[in-house]
Amino acid sequence: MCLAIPGLIQSIESLHDGMVSMAKVKFGSITKEASLEMVPHAKPGDYVLVHVGVAISIVDEEEAKKTFEYLSQIGEIDELIEHTQA
Amino acid sequence: MKYISEFRDADLVARYLEEIHRTATRPWSIMEVCGGQTHSLVKNGILQMLPEQVRMVHGPGCPVCVTPLNLIDKAVYLALEKGTILCSFGDMLRVPGSSQSLLEAKAAGGDVRILYSPLEAVKIARENPGREVVFFAVGFETTAPANALSVLHAQRSGITNYSILTSHVVVPPAIEAVMNDPDSNIQGFLAAGHVCAIMGMDEYFPLVERYQIPIVVTGFEPVDLAQGILMTVRQLEQGSHQLENQYARVVRPEGNPEARKVIEQVFRISDRDWRGIGNIPLSGYELRPEFAAYDATLKFDIVIPHASESKECIAGQVLKGIKKPHECPQFGKKCTPQHPLGAPMVSSEGACAAYYHFSQALADTETA
Ligand code: SF4
Repeated sequence: MCLAIPGLIQSIESLHDGMVSMAKVKFGSITKEASLEMVPHAKPGDYVLVHVGVAISIVDEEEAKKTFEYLSQIGEIDELIEHTQA
Repeated sequence: MKYISEFRDADLVARYLEEIHRTATRPWSIMEVCGGQTHSLVKNGILQMLPEQVRMVHGPGCPVCVTPLNLIDKAVYLALEKGTILCSFGDMLRVPGSSQSLLEAKAAGGDVRILYSPLEAVKIARENPGREVVFFAVGFETTAPANALSVLHAQRSGITNYSILTSHVVVPPAIEAVMNDPDSNIQGFLAAGHVCAIMGMDEYFPLVERYQIPIVVTGFEPVDLAQGILMTVRQLEQGSHQLENQYARVVRPEGNPEARKVIEQVFRISDRDWRGIGNIPLSGYELRPEFAAYDATLKFDIVIPHASESKECIAGQVLKGIKKPHECPQFGKKCTPQHPLGAPMVSSEGACAAYYHFSQALADTETA
Protein backbone atom coordinates (compact mmCIF):
# COMPACT_ATOMS: atom_id res chain seq x y z
CA MET A 1 0.00 0.00 0.00
CA CYS A 2 2.99 2.31 0.39
CA LEU A 3 3.91 2.66 -3.25
CA ALA A 4 3.19 5.62 -5.44
CA ILE A 5 2.33 4.75 -9.04
CA PRO A 6 2.90 7.09 -12.01
CA GLY A 7 -0.04 7.81 -14.28
CA LEU A 8 -1.15 10.24 -17.00
CA ILE A 9 -3.77 12.89 -16.21
CA GLN A 10 -6.57 12.69 -18.77
CA SER A 11 -9.18 15.12 -17.52
CA ILE A 12 -10.17 17.06 -14.43
CA GLU A 13 -13.74 17.16 -13.13
CA SER A 14 -15.42 19.21 -10.51
CA LEU A 15 -17.83 17.15 -8.40
CA HIS A 16 -20.52 17.79 -5.78
CA ASP A 17 -21.17 21.45 -6.57
CA GLY A 18 -17.50 22.21 -6.94
CA MET A 19 -16.66 20.99 -3.43
CA VAL A 20 -14.41 18.22 -4.67
CA SER A 21 -12.27 18.14 -7.77
CA MET A 22 -10.98 14.84 -9.09
CA ALA A 23 -8.93 13.83 -12.12
CA LYS A 24 -9.11 10.79 -14.32
CA VAL A 25 -5.62 9.29 -14.35
CA LYS A 26 -4.53 6.53 -16.69
CA PHE A 27 -2.22 3.79 -15.42
CA GLY A 28 -1.35 1.62 -18.41
CA SER A 29 -4.62 0.07 -19.48
CA ILE A 30 -6.73 1.21 -16.54
CA THR A 31 -8.12 4.55 -15.49
CA LYS A 32 -8.77 5.64 -11.92
CA GLU A 33 -9.88 8.76 -10.09
CA ALA A 34 -7.28 10.73 -8.19
CA SER A 35 -7.18 14.02 -6.35
CA LEU A 36 -4.83 16.73 -7.64
CA GLU A 37 -5.16 18.95 -4.58
CA MET A 38 -1.53 18.33 -3.56
CA VAL A 39 -0.28 19.21 -7.06
CA PRO A 40 -2.39 22.26 -7.93
CA HIS A 41 -0.33 23.07 -11.02
CA ALA A 42 -0.85 19.68 -12.65
CA LYS A 43 -2.90 19.68 -15.86
CA PRO A 44 -4.15 17.12 -18.37
CA GLY A 45 -1.20 15.60 -20.19
CA ASP A 46 1.09 15.70 -17.11
CA TYR A 47 2.37 12.59 -15.38
CA VAL A 48 1.84 12.38 -11.63
CA LEU A 49 2.85 9.93 -8.90
CA VAL A 50 -0.36 8.73 -7.27
CA HIS A 51 -0.45 7.23 -3.80
CA VAL A 52 -3.77 5.77 -2.54
CA GLY A 53 -5.83 8.03 -4.75
CA VAL A 54 -3.90 11.27 -4.23
CA ALA A 55 -1.28 12.66 -6.61
CA ILE A 56 1.79 13.62 -4.56
CA SER A 57 4.18 14.92 -7.22
CA ILE A 58 4.55 15.68 -10.90
CA VAL A 59 7.16 13.57 -12.71
CA ASP A 60 8.52 13.71 -16.24
CA GLU A 61 7.24 11.33 -18.86
CA GLU A 62 10.37 9.23 -19.20
CA GLU A 63 10.65 8.79 -15.45
CA ALA A 64 6.97 7.87 -15.26
CA LYS A 65 7.30 5.26 -17.97
CA LYS A 66 10.38 3.63 -16.48
CA THR A 67 8.85 3.44 -13.02
CA PHE A 68 5.58 2.09 -14.37
CA GLU A 69 7.47 -0.55 -16.29
CA TYR A 70 9.34 -1.59 -13.15
CA LEU A 71 6.16 -1.76 -11.07
CA SER A 72 4.48 -3.88 -13.76
CA GLN A 73 7.41 -6.28 -13.79
CA ILE A 74 7.29 -6.85 -10.04
CA GLY A 75 3.53 -7.31 -10.13
CA GLU A 76 2.55 -4.16 -8.22
CA ILE A 77 0.13 -3.00 -10.90
CA ASP A 78 -1.92 -6.19 -10.48
CA GLU A 79 -3.05 -4.94 -7.10
CA LEU A 80 -4.39 -1.77 -8.69
CA ILE A 81 -6.23 -3.77 -11.33
CA GLU A 82 -7.78 -6.01 -8.67
CA HIS A 83 -9.11 -2.94 -6.90
CA THR A 84 -10.56 -1.62 -10.11
CA GLN A 85 -12.50 -4.76 -10.87
CA ALA A 86 -13.79 -5.12 -7.31
CA MET B 1 11.36 -14.45 -8.74
CA LYS B 2 12.56 -11.72 -11.08
CA TYR B 3 16.19 -10.73 -11.23
CA ILE B 4 17.47 -7.24 -11.62
CA SER B 5 19.05 -7.98 -14.96
CA GLU B 6 15.55 -7.55 -16.38
CA PHE B 7 14.99 -4.15 -14.84
CA ARG B 8 15.64 -0.53 -15.57
CA ASP B 9 19.29 0.44 -15.73
CA ALA B 10 20.50 -3.08 -14.96
CA ASP B 11 24.05 -2.19 -16.01
CA LEU B 12 24.07 0.76 -13.70
CA VAL B 13 22.86 -1.42 -10.80
CA ALA B 14 25.67 -3.87 -11.50
CA ARG B 15 28.19 -1.02 -11.53
CA TYR B 16 26.93 0.39 -8.23
CA LEU B 17 27.15 -3.06 -6.68
CA GLU B 18 30.72 -3.50 -7.91
CA GLU B 19 31.57 -0.11 -6.49
CA ILE B 20 30.08 -1.11 -3.13
CA HIS B 21 32.30 -4.22 -3.14
CA ARG B 22 35.34 -2.08 -3.87
CA THR B 23 34.47 0.58 -1.30
CA ALA B 24 33.48 -1.48 1.75
CA THR B 25 36.58 -2.42 3.73
CA ARG B 26 34.99 -2.84 7.15
CA PRO B 27 31.68 -4.27 8.42
CA TRP B 28 28.77 -1.81 8.36
CA SER B 29 25.14 -2.09 9.47
CA ILE B 30 22.70 0.04 7.50
CA MET B 31 18.97 0.19 8.10
CA GLU B 32 16.45 0.76 5.34
CA VAL B 33 13.50 2.28 7.17
CA CYS B 34 10.81 1.66 4.61
CA GLY B 35 9.08 -1.71 4.16
CA GLY B 36 8.73 -1.08 0.44
CA GLN B 37 12.52 -0.92 0.28
CA THR B 38 12.84 -4.15 2.30
CA HIS B 39 10.49 -5.83 -0.15
CA SER B 40 12.48 -4.56 -3.14
CA LEU B 41 15.89 -5.51 -1.64
CA VAL B 42 14.72 -9.05 -0.98
CA LYS B 43 12.62 -9.52 -4.09
CA ASN B 44 15.21 -8.24 -6.55
CA GLY B 45 18.00 -10.28 -5.03
CA ILE B 46 20.08 -7.24 -4.03
CA LEU B 47 20.76 -8.63 -0.56
CA GLN B 48 22.59 -11.57 -2.11
CA MET B 49 24.73 -9.31 -4.23
CA LEU B 50 26.02 -7.11 -1.43
CA PRO B 51 29.43 -7.82 0.07
CA GLU B 52 29.49 -9.64 3.39
CA GLN B 53 30.64 -6.50 5.19
CA VAL B 54 27.48 -4.60 4.29
CA ARG B 55 24.65 -5.80 6.48
CA MET B 56 21.20 -4.42 5.66
CA VAL B 57 18.92 -4.30 8.67
CA HIS B 58 15.19 -4.08 8.03
CA GLY B 59 13.46 -1.27 9.85
CA PRO B 60 9.99 -0.59 11.25
CA GLY B 61 8.65 1.22 8.17
CA CYS B 62 5.67 -1.00 7.49
CA PRO B 63 2.47 0.71 8.65
CA VAL B 64 0.56 -2.55 8.67
CA CYS B 65 3.18 -4.15 10.93
CA VAL B 66 3.26 -1.40 13.55
CA THR B 67 -0.50 -0.81 13.89
CA PRO B 68 -1.25 -1.83 17.50
CA LEU B 69 -3.24 -4.96 18.34
CA ASN B 70 -5.66 -2.78 20.23
CA LEU B 71 -6.57 -0.83 17.08
CA ILE B 72 -7.16 -4.03 15.07
CA ASP B 73 -9.52 -5.09 17.87
CA LYS B 74 -11.26 -1.70 17.65
CA ALA B 75 -11.71 -2.06 13.89
CA VAL B 76 -13.15 -5.56 14.33
CA TYR B 77 -15.48 -4.23 17.04
CA LEU B 78 -16.69 -1.39 14.79
CA ALA B 79 -17.39 -3.88 12.00
CA LEU B 80 -19.17 -6.49 14.11
CA GLU B 81 -20.69 -4.76 17.13
CA LYS B 82 -21.47 -1.32 15.72
CA GLY B 83 -22.58 -2.45 12.28
CA THR B 84 -20.47 0.12 10.48
CA ILE B 85 -19.15 -0.22 6.94
CA LEU B 86 -15.50 -0.73 7.87
CA CYS B 87 -13.21 0.24 4.99
CA SER B 88 -9.53 -0.57 4.91
CA PHE B 89 -6.49 -0.99 2.69
CA GLY B 90 -6.27 -4.64 1.66
CA ASP B 91 -3.04 -5.29 3.56
CA MET B 92 -4.74 -4.80 6.92
CA LEU B 93 -7.28 -7.57 6.50
CA ARG B 94 -5.25 -10.57 7.58
CA VAL B 95 -3.39 -8.87 10.43
CA PRO B 96 -4.21 -10.90 13.53
CA GLY B 97 -6.16 -9.12 16.25
CA SER B 98 -6.36 -10.57 19.74
CA SER B 99 -9.29 -12.80 18.84
CA GLN B 100 -9.83 -12.24 15.13
CA SER B 101 -8.64 -10.39 12.05
CA LEU B 102 -10.78 -8.10 9.88
CA LEU B 103 -10.99 -10.92 7.33
CA GLU B 104 -12.51 -13.18 9.99
CA ALA B 105 -14.86 -10.36 11.01
CA LYS B 106 -15.95 -10.15 7.37
CA ALA B 107 -16.56 -13.90 7.26
CA ALA B 108 -18.62 -13.54 10.45
CA GLY B 109 -20.94 -11.11 8.65
CA GLY B 110 -19.19 -7.78 9.18
CA ASP B 111 -19.42 -5.28 6.31
CA VAL B 112 -15.69 -4.99 5.72
CA ARG B 113 -14.61 -3.45 2.41
CA ILE B 114 -11.19 -3.28 0.81
CA LEU B 115 -10.47 0.05 -0.82
CA TYR B 116 -7.63 1.50 -2.83
CA SER B 117 -8.12 5.00 -1.47
CA PRO B 118 -9.71 6.66 1.59
CA LEU B 119 -11.45 9.04 -0.84
CA GLU B 120 -13.53 6.07 -2.02
CA ALA B 121 -14.75 5.61 1.55
CA VAL B 122 -16.17 9.14 1.50
CA LYS B 123 -18.02 8.22 -1.68
CA ILE B 124 -19.47 5.15 0.05
CA ALA B 125 -20.60 7.37 2.92
CA ARG B 126 -22.29 9.69 0.44
CA GLU B 127 -24.08 6.77 -1.19
CA ASN B 128 -25.16 5.22 2.13
CA PRO B 129 -26.50 8.11 4.20
CA GLY B 130 -28.23 5.74 6.60
CA ARG B 131 -25.04 3.88 7.56
CA GLU B 132 -21.87 4.84 9.41
CA VAL B 133 -18.70 4.46 7.33
CA VAL B 134 -15.31 4.16 9.03
CA PHE B 135 -11.96 4.20 7.24
CA PHE B 136 -9.07 2.46 8.98
CA ALA B 137 -6.51 5.21 8.38
CA VAL B 138 -3.09 3.61 8.77
CA GLY B 139 0.12 4.82 7.26
CA PHE B 140 3.30 6.84 7.39
CA GLU B 141 3.63 10.44 6.23
CA THR B 142 3.14 9.43 2.58
CA THR B 143 -0.43 8.32 3.28
CA ALA B 144 -1.34 11.14 5.68
CA PRO B 145 -2.38 13.64 2.97
CA ALA B 146 -4.87 11.13 1.51
CA ASN B 147 -6.36 10.30 4.90
CA ALA B 148 -6.52 13.98 5.85
CA LEU B 149 -8.10 14.85 2.52
CA SER B 150 -10.83 12.26 3.05
CA VAL B 151 -11.84 14.11 6.21
CA LEU B 152 -11.76 17.46 4.39
CA HIS B 153 -13.85 16.08 1.52
CA ALA B 154 -16.44 14.80 4.00
CA GLN B 155 -16.48 18.14 5.80
CA ARG B 156 -16.75 20.20 2.61
CA SER B 157 -19.67 18.18 1.32
CA GLY B 158 -21.45 18.08 4.68
CA ILE B 159 -21.11 14.32 5.11
CA THR B 160 -21.59 13.38 8.76
CA ASN B 161 -21.67 9.58 8.57
CA TYR B 162 -17.93 9.31 7.88
CA SER B 163 -15.11 8.91 10.38
CA ILE B 164 -11.58 7.51 10.53
CA LEU B 165 -9.83 5.16 12.91
CA THR B 166 -6.34 6.65 12.91
CA SER B 167 -3.09 4.76 13.24
CA HIS B 168 -0.65 7.25 11.80
CA VAL B 169 3.06 7.03 12.47
CA VAL B 170 6.01 9.19 11.42
CA VAL B 171 9.55 8.19 10.56
CA PRO B 172 12.01 10.50 12.39
CA PRO B 173 11.02 9.45 15.96
CA ALA B 174 11.32 5.81 14.87
CA ILE B 175 14.92 6.48 13.79
CA GLU B 176 15.52 8.01 17.22
CA ALA B 177 13.96 5.00 18.95
CA VAL B 178 16.23 2.67 16.98
CA MET B 179 19.32 4.78 17.75
CA ASN B 180 18.43 5.02 21.45
CA ASP B 181 18.00 1.27 21.80
CA PRO B 182 21.17 -0.10 23.41
CA ASP B 183 20.78 -3.38 21.50
CA SER B 184 20.82 -1.85 18.06
CA ASN B 185 24.08 -1.05 16.30
CA ILE B 186 22.92 0.77 13.20
CA GLN B 187 25.52 3.04 11.62
CA GLY B 188 23.58 4.59 8.75
CA PHE B 189 20.06 4.90 7.37
CA LEU B 190 18.33 4.88 4.02
CA ALA B 191 15.39 7.24 4.55
CA ALA B 192 12.14 6.52 2.72
CA GLY B 193 11.88 8.41 -0.58
CA HIS B 194 8.12 8.77 -0.73
CA VAL B 195 7.91 9.93 2.88
CA CYS B 196 10.41 12.69 2.04
CA ALA B 197 8.50 13.52 -1.17
CA ILE B 198 5.82 14.80 1.23
CA MET B 199 7.80 16.00 4.24
CA GLY B 200 11.03 17.18 2.65
CA MET B 201 14.43 16.69 4.25
CA ASP B 202 14.65 19.29 7.03
CA GLU B 203 13.67 17.03 9.88
CA TYR B 204 16.57 14.66 9.15
CA PHE B 205 19.36 17.21 9.66
CA PRO B 206 19.10 17.12 13.47
CA LEU B 207 19.27 13.31 13.42
CA VAL B 208 22.43 13.32 11.33
CA GLU B 209 23.99 15.76 13.80
CA ARG B 210 22.80 14.20 17.03
CA TYR B 211 23.74 10.61 16.19
CA GLN B 212 26.62 11.42 13.82
CA ILE B 213 25.25 9.04 11.21
CA PRO B 214 24.84 9.26 7.44
CA ILE B 215 21.24 9.35 6.21
CA VAL B 216 20.55 8.97 2.49
CA VAL B 217 17.05 9.65 1.15
CA THR B 218 16.52 6.74 -1.25
CA GLY B 219 13.94 5.48 -3.74
CA PHE B 220 12.66 1.93 -3.94
CA GLU B 221 13.79 0.60 -7.33
CA PRO B 222 16.89 -1.60 -7.57
CA VAL B 223 18.93 1.21 -9.12
CA ASP B 224 17.91 3.58 -6.30
CA LEU B 225 18.70 1.11 -3.54
CA ALA B 226 22.08 0.15 -4.99
CA GLN B 227 23.02 3.81 -5.33
CA GLY B 228 21.66 4.73 -1.88
CA ILE B 229 23.65 1.94 -0.25
CA LEU B 230 26.78 3.00 -2.13
CA MET B 231 26.37 6.62 -0.99
CA THR B 232 25.96 5.45 2.62
CA VAL B 233 28.95 3.09 2.50
CA ARG B 234 31.12 5.84 1.00
CA GLN B 235 30.25 8.16 3.86
CA LEU B 236 30.86 5.46 6.44
CA GLU B 237 34.26 4.61 4.99
CA GLN B 238 35.21 8.30 4.97
CA GLY B 239 33.93 8.80 8.50
CA SER B 240 31.51 11.48 7.40
CA HIS B 241 27.89 11.95 8.41
CA GLN B 242 25.70 13.90 6.06
CA LEU B 243 22.19 14.03 4.79
CA GLU B 244 22.17 13.18 1.09
CA ASN B 245 19.40 12.82 -1.46
CA GLN B 246 19.66 9.89 -3.87
CA TYR B 247 16.05 10.33 -5.00
CA ALA B 248 16.26 13.94 -6.20
CA ARG B 249 14.16 13.14 -9.26
CA VAL B 250 11.16 12.84 -6.92
CA VAL B 251 12.17 14.39 -3.58
CA ARG B 252 12.56 18.14 -3.33
CA PRO B 253 14.29 19.43 -0.18
CA GLU B 254 11.12 21.22 0.91
CA GLY B 255 8.84 18.25 0.17
CA ASN B 256 5.31 18.97 -1.01
CA PRO B 257 4.08 22.17 0.70
CA GLU B 258 0.40 21.62 -0.23
CA ALA B 259 0.45 18.14 1.26
CA ARG B 260 2.14 19.34 4.43
CA LYS B 261 -0.46 22.07 4.77
CA VAL B 262 -3.32 19.57 4.57
CA ILE B 263 -1.66 17.27 7.10
CA GLU B 264 -1.19 20.19 9.49
CA GLN B 265 -4.74 21.38 9.03
CA VAL B 266 -6.26 18.03 9.97
CA PHE B 267 -3.75 16.27 12.23
CA ARG B 268 -1.56 17.12 15.19
CA ILE B 269 1.46 15.24 16.52
CA SER B 270 0.72 12.75 19.28
CA ASP B 271 2.33 9.88 21.16
CA ARG B 272 1.78 6.54 19.44
CA ASP B 273 2.00 2.88 20.31
CA TRP B 274 3.93 0.90 17.73
CA ARG B 275 3.06 -2.76 17.63
CA GLY B 276 6.01 -4.80 18.81
CA ILE B 277 8.00 -1.72 19.86
CA GLY B 278 5.80 0.09 22.38
CA ASN B 279 5.05 3.73 22.93
CA ILE B 280 7.23 6.25 21.11
CA PRO B 281 6.66 9.88 22.20
CA LEU B 282 5.46 12.30 19.52
CA SER B 283 5.66 9.63 16.85
CA GLY B 284 2.30 9.87 15.12
CA TYR B 285 -0.71 11.92 14.15
CA GLU B 286 -4.15 12.22 15.68
CA LEU B 287 -7.08 14.31 14.46
CA ARG B 288 -7.15 17.87 15.72
CA PRO B 289 -9.97 18.68 18.16
CA GLU B 290 -11.76 20.68 15.41
CA PHE B 291 -12.21 17.39 13.56
CA ALA B 292 -13.40 15.37 16.56
CA ALA B 293 -16.66 14.61 14.72
CA TYR B 294 -14.62 12.51 12.28
CA ASP B 295 -12.74 10.56 14.94
CA ALA B 296 -14.17 7.02 15.15
CA THR B 297 -12.73 6.50 18.65
CA LEU B 298 -14.75 9.49 19.92
CA LYS B 299 -17.83 8.92 17.81
CA PHE B 300 -18.41 5.36 18.94
CA ASP B 301 -18.41 3.86 22.37
CA ILE B 302 -15.79 1.18 21.85
CA VAL B 303 -15.61 -1.36 24.64
CA ILE B 304 -12.94 -3.96 24.19
CA PRO B 305 -11.00 -5.95 26.75
CA HIS B 306 -7.29 -5.27 27.14
CA ALA B 307 -5.33 -7.79 25.12
CA SER B 308 -1.68 -8.65 25.09
CA GLU B 309 0.53 -9.74 22.22
CA SER B 310 1.33 -13.33 21.42
CA LYS B 311 4.39 -14.26 23.47
CA GLU B 312 5.78 -16.31 20.60
CA CYS B 313 6.14 -13.44 18.16
CA ILE B 314 9.39 -11.47 18.38
CA ALA B 315 8.22 -8.79 15.94
CA GLY B 316 9.55 -6.01 18.18
CA GLN B 317 13.11 -7.25 17.81
CA VAL B 318 12.62 -7.78 14.09
CA LEU B 319 11.20 -4.28 13.62
CA LYS B 320 14.10 -2.69 15.47
CA GLY B 321 16.57 -4.71 13.42
CA ILE B 322 17.93 -6.67 16.40
CA LYS B 323 16.86 -10.03 14.99
CA LYS B 324 16.35 -11.17 11.41
CA PRO B 325 12.99 -12.79 10.61
CA HIS B 326 14.43 -16.28 10.22
CA GLU B 327 15.96 -16.03 13.68
CA CYS B 328 12.42 -16.15 15.09
CA PRO B 329 11.72 -19.72 16.26
CA GLN B 330 8.22 -19.54 14.77
CA PHE B 331 9.32 -18.34 11.33
CA GLY B 332 7.95 -20.66 8.64
CA LYS B 333 6.75 -23.07 11.32
CA LYS B 334 3.80 -21.83 13.36
CA CYS B 335 3.96 -18.51 11.52
CA THR B 336 3.40 -18.31 7.76
CA PRO B 337 1.62 -15.77 5.52
CA GLN B 338 -1.40 -18.11 5.55
CA HIS B 339 -1.44 -18.26 9.35
CA PRO B 340 0.48 -15.23 10.59
CA LEU B 341 1.26 -14.97 14.29
CA GLY B 342 2.46 -11.40 13.93
CA ALA B 343 1.89 -8.51 11.55
CA PRO B 344 5.32 -8.58 9.79
CA MET B 345 4.27 -11.91 8.28
CA VAL B 346 1.12 -10.40 6.76
CA SER B 347 2.03 -7.48 4.54
CA SER B 348 4.33 -7.85 1.57
CA GLU B 349 6.19 -4.91 3.09
CA GLY B 350 6.73 -6.78 6.36
CA ALA B 351 10.21 -8.20 6.80
CA CYS B 352 8.96 -11.66 7.84
CA ALA B 353 6.73 -12.05 4.78
CA ALA B 354 9.44 -10.71 2.48
CA TYR B 355 11.86 -13.30 3.83
CA TYR B 356 9.27 -16.04 3.68
CA HIS B 357 8.35 -15.41 0.06
CA PHE B 358 11.92 -15.14 -1.05
CA SER B 359 13.54 -17.61 1.28
CA GLN B 360 15.98 -18.50 -1.42
CA ALA B 361 17.52 -15.09 -1.10
CA LEU B 362 17.68 -15.66 2.61
CA ALA B 363 19.45 -19.02 2.31
CA ASP B 364 22.12 -17.48 0.13
CA THR B 365 22.88 -14.38 2.15
CA GLU B 366 22.20 -15.20 5.74
CA THR B 367 24.17 -18.31 6.51
CA ALA B 368 26.28 -16.35 8.95
S1 SF4 C 1 8.10 -14.85 11.97
FE1 SF4 C 1 6.00 -14.53 12.68
S2 SF4 C 1 6.12 -14.89 14.89
FE2 SF4 C 1 8.22 -14.54 14.18
S3 SF4 C 1 8.56 -12.32 14.41
FE3 SF4 C 1 7.83 -12.65 12.31
S4 SF4 C 1 5.61 -12.33 12.47
FE4 SF4 C 1 6.34 -12.68 14.57
